[in-house]
Amino acid sequence: MLENRRFVIIGFFTLIGIIYLFRLFYLQVLDESYSIESSSNSIKRVIEVPFRGQIYDRNGKLIVYNTPVYDLLVTPNKVKVDDTLRFCRVLGIERREFDSLVNAASSYSRNKPSLFLRQLSKEDFASIQDIMVDYSGFEFAKSSMRTYKGATLANTLGYVSEISKTQLAKQEEPYYRQSDYIGQTGIEKIYENELRGKRGTKFIMQNVSGVYKGAWKNGELDTMAVAGENLYSGIDIDIQQYADSLMVNKVGSIVAIEPKTGQILSMVSAPTYDPNILATRFFSKNYTALYRNPYKPLFNRPVMASYRPGSTFKLIQALIGLQEGVITPNSGFTHANCPIGCHVHPGTPTVALGVTHSCNPYFYNVFRRIIYNNKISNTFKASAVGLDDWHDKISKFGIGQQLGIDLPSERKGNLPDKKYYDKIYGENRWKFSNIYSLSIGEGEILITPLKMANVAAIIANKGYYYTPHVIHGIGEKKTLKPEFAIRHETGVAAHNFDPVIEGMLGAVEGGTARRSRVEGISIAGKTGTSQNKRGMDHSIFIAFAPVEDPKIAIAVFVENAGSGGQAAAPIANLIIEKYLTRKITNKALEKRMMEADFMKNVILPAPPKPIVKDTTKRRQGIPMVPIEKPMPKVINWLKRF
Amino acid sequence: MEEGKPITKNVDWMVVLIYIACLGIGWVNIYAAVYNPETHSSIFDLSNNAGKQLMWIGTTFILIICILVIDYKFYETFSFIIYAIVIFLLVVVLFAGSNINGSRSWIKFGAISLQPAQFANLAVSLAISKYLSDPAISLSRKLKDYYPILGIIILPSILILLSNETGSMLVFASFAIILYREGMPGFIPAIGIISAALLIISLLYDSWYIAGAIIVIAGIVIWLMPVMTRRRGGLVATILIAFVMISIVFGVDFFMNNVLQKHQRGRIMVLLDPDSDPRGIGWNVIQSKIAIGSGGFTGKGFLQGTQTKFDFVPEQSTDFIFCTVGEEHGFIGTAVVVTLFILLISRLVILAERQRSRFARVYGYCVAGIFFFHFLVNIGMTIGLMPVIGIPLPFFSYGGSSLWSFSVLLFIFLKIDAQRPFTLSRG
Ligand SMILES: [Zn+2]
Repeated sequence: MLENRRFVIIGFFTLIGIIYLFRLFYLQVLDESYSIESSSNSIKRVIEVPFRGQIYDRNGKLIVYNTPVYDLLVTPNKVKVDDTLRFCRVLGIERREFDSLVNAASSYSRNKPSLFLRQLSKEDFASIQDIMVDYSGFEFAKSSMRTYKGATLANTLGYVSEISKTQLAKQEEPYYRQSDYIGQTGIEKIYENELRGKRGTKFIMQNVSGVYKGAWKNGELDTMAVAGENLYSGIDIDIQQYADSLMVNKVGSIVAIEPKTGQILSMVSAPTYDPNILATRFFSKNYTALYRNPYKPLFNRPVMASYRPGSTFKLIQALIGLQEGVITPNSGFTHANCPIGCHVHPGTPTVALGVTHSCNPYFYNVFRRIIYNNKISNTFKASAVGLDDWHDKISKFGIGQQLGIDLPSERKGNLPDKKYYDKIYGENRWKFSNIYSLSIGEGEILITPLKMANVAAIIANKGYYYTPHVIHGIGEKKTLKPEFAIRHETGVAAHNFDPVIEGMLGAVEGGTARRSRVEGISIAGKTGTSQNKRGMDHSIFIAFAPVEDPKIAIAVFVENAGSGGQAAAPIANLIIEKYLTRKITNKALEKRMMEADFMKNVILPAPPKPIVKDTTKRRQGIPMVPIEKPMPKVINWLKRF
Repeated sequence: MEEGKPITKNVDWMVVLIYIACLGIGWVNIYAAVYNPETHSSIFDLSNNAGKQLMWIGTTFILIICILVIDYKFYETFSFIIYAIVIFLLVVVLFAGSNINGSRSWIKFGAISLQPAQFANLAVSLAISKYLSDPAISLSRKLKDYYPILGIIILPSILILLSNETGSMLVFASFAIILYREGMPGFIPAIGIISAALLIISLLYDSWYIAGAIIVIAGIVIWLMPVMTRRRGGLVATILIAFVMISIVFGVDFFMNNVLQKHQRGRIMVLLDPDSDPRGIGWNVIQSKIAIGSGGFTGKGFLQGTQTKFDFVPEQSTDFIFCTVGEEHGFIGTAVVVTLFILLISRLVILAERQRSRFARVYGYCVAGIFFFHFLVNIGMTIGLMPVIGIPLPFFSYGGSSLWSFSVLLFIFLKIDAQRPFTLSRG
């Protein structure tokens, strides 16, 4: 019985075969819409590449835009120029040049269009376009080039380049095609979906010689290209460029934030480079040079570099101590019985003076009280409970976690907790005496410049912050991403900030940062000196101003530049003055900071071959990459057809 | 096998001829698909897919000779071991696979990459055949006899799904054919086909119209029904079936509109109606239909295709190779290919039926079913009758893994079939 089922099965196979044959007969023979009138006509899909969104600074200045360029292509086989002299005159070339250009193109291919003249400006194009119809064999290809305003913000803005094979394969929605451009890092990557716009598609019919024969199916399936959305950033490009000039010949970071909104005013990753060099045809060569540069210009230091916060961390210790009630604004500590040394300074009978003089034993005692602020008598267990408690409170300042800035690869840094030390020493085998270096921001704690700037913003705001962000408006409506509108509270009461701010004011007026004070502006700041295994200490300074109504909060990190007062504080205060008043009173200080070369102190990891021997070359900045004339990939562009 | 006899003795010549015809036509069309009128590259040029495919065809012949030399009992004896090895490879690929085209499903041996998922068909076919070779197992009477089969299929399915090769997994649906042949009640595949059809129809048309149509059809069925049947429960059964079908229609409607997100809905719809997204997935189908349709009755001639050049059709030499056939050789070409496939799978069914061992018969049906499913889906998608699922057209599509696995699958059966005169029936 069952063997009779073979007939059902074969019958089913045959039925499907017949259905397919009917369908094929319909498609290939009966349906006229597919076999276009003349069999030599073909349907071509033309892709309209949308205009990529532009990026503005906080004052409406364009910082990223597209430069339209036109390339003139020649197909040697089809060239027909009756009056060569007139042709050359219009293009502004000589007869000899014309011949050599055509010959060069022929050597590539006689049937395929190849480059004749590249990168004609809009104006050139307009004047030439009309007369070009008289000559066959020539055509224009529209192209555009991503352009950045100067050698600044390179890591923040990122760059666009041709999509890689792995990226092509990995895309979730099938959108990109080979030779498409895509944002690779920075803002260009994070806002790729907003910036790229929507590709348009046209179906046209043309004959063998490529002559347009009308829209296919009357354009029913065509879609218009939609330009990408413009982005509005909080960056002040003038301040940004000023900050860049102060960081020449230095390795480090600057992050400036508007405390009330969380908008990034300026973000320097030094050494920097000109992002335009990655927009050109010489991308891979230039990229390799940047990649191999021992100072790592591609490393986005503000969000990726981790440092010990040093004395700047004392501010947070003081805030937690006050909030916990283990100290009052009038608590005083002396140098007695403290394992950490200090420098010579006036007495510290209050929190404010402890901050102003950055007294190590003061904060050793504060931290000790925070850790042992529980009723457990066993010091090991008390330390464990106390540390986790402390960890939770510090976390609220965004430390030890990603803040969620709109830039890729933000690092968490490190905020040790009980688990962390259990791993090192074993459970119940460590106590306060093992971890006290945390009290002054040394030891195992690591923090990024962005987070430190955010701490300055929190103190300026007396207790809260908005996630720092570069872009605050997307598209015409300038939509703010909802996550940037959330006010994060730190849990420290506003009044507890007053003594700390008083101490910071003192630090700038007469304390560790007194040499860089600015006449007429009340700056609250705190220096830091970050110890590290590689050579000299890193110089750190965080500040905000004006104290009465904070407009800017800033963190400056300069690697291997010594104490915070030596490099970071003057740079920060110059930027604050420039931002608030648009001028500089202490020109001598400005000159000294611009010319200071701390890069020479940076000990590089043993390089494969000796780097820059000629120190004069180092003066001008870092990557000695020639900025070559950019040329879009015409051939790839043609492949889209 | 007896001493001194050529290894090709008793091999079914008709299948071999069709096989060689498919390889030949496929290879020439791969050349046409990648042919660039500017460079005039040769069909033997190893840098293009046609040249590479020739290399794969060469290695395939070596494989075939090996299969013909190995004793036919080997495959039955080692069925489960082969199955275990393929499962192992599928696990390995999940952790150590190379990522090619978005799925981590390739293993690299030096210069060549293989996709273990391609060999899962073979492994499952052998395992099912081995299991069913026990004459005590009955698919028409005992439900519990289905469980091991489900297990054999589900284990590799999960592994293949995890490595993101949904297409290869769907091929397992083809095993329904052998289960039906071996005694699965006919109403099960019938329900399967009807539900699939209902699902598609209810996505394309308004639920109320479909419900109306079902009621009308049910009415006609009841009206035509002999009075006796009607009294013996036919009436109730028909109304019940109609009610279930209408529920499915509205259920699908509800699921699409209320459960799925908008973009998920879009993804499903575009499978059924490519015109709804002419720039995305739909583009492949539209362009493929244009290419085939523009071929006309006789085609544009060898290497004369315009639609399939310059990357108009994506995956030209692999999943959409049928477009090249359609454009350059017209209806004549496509009809030849469709006919070759129907002949091949029908011949395989006939060969399977003449086997004396149940193992050989089941295996033959598995092979026929797998080829049929690839034929059904691959050609169906290029002519807009099936959703776009990336599976190759056996012997035609470019690719070493698929060519090897299809050839091995086929020639193991031919080898077993060639030994038929010497095997004893085991029931
Ligand atoms: Zn002191």
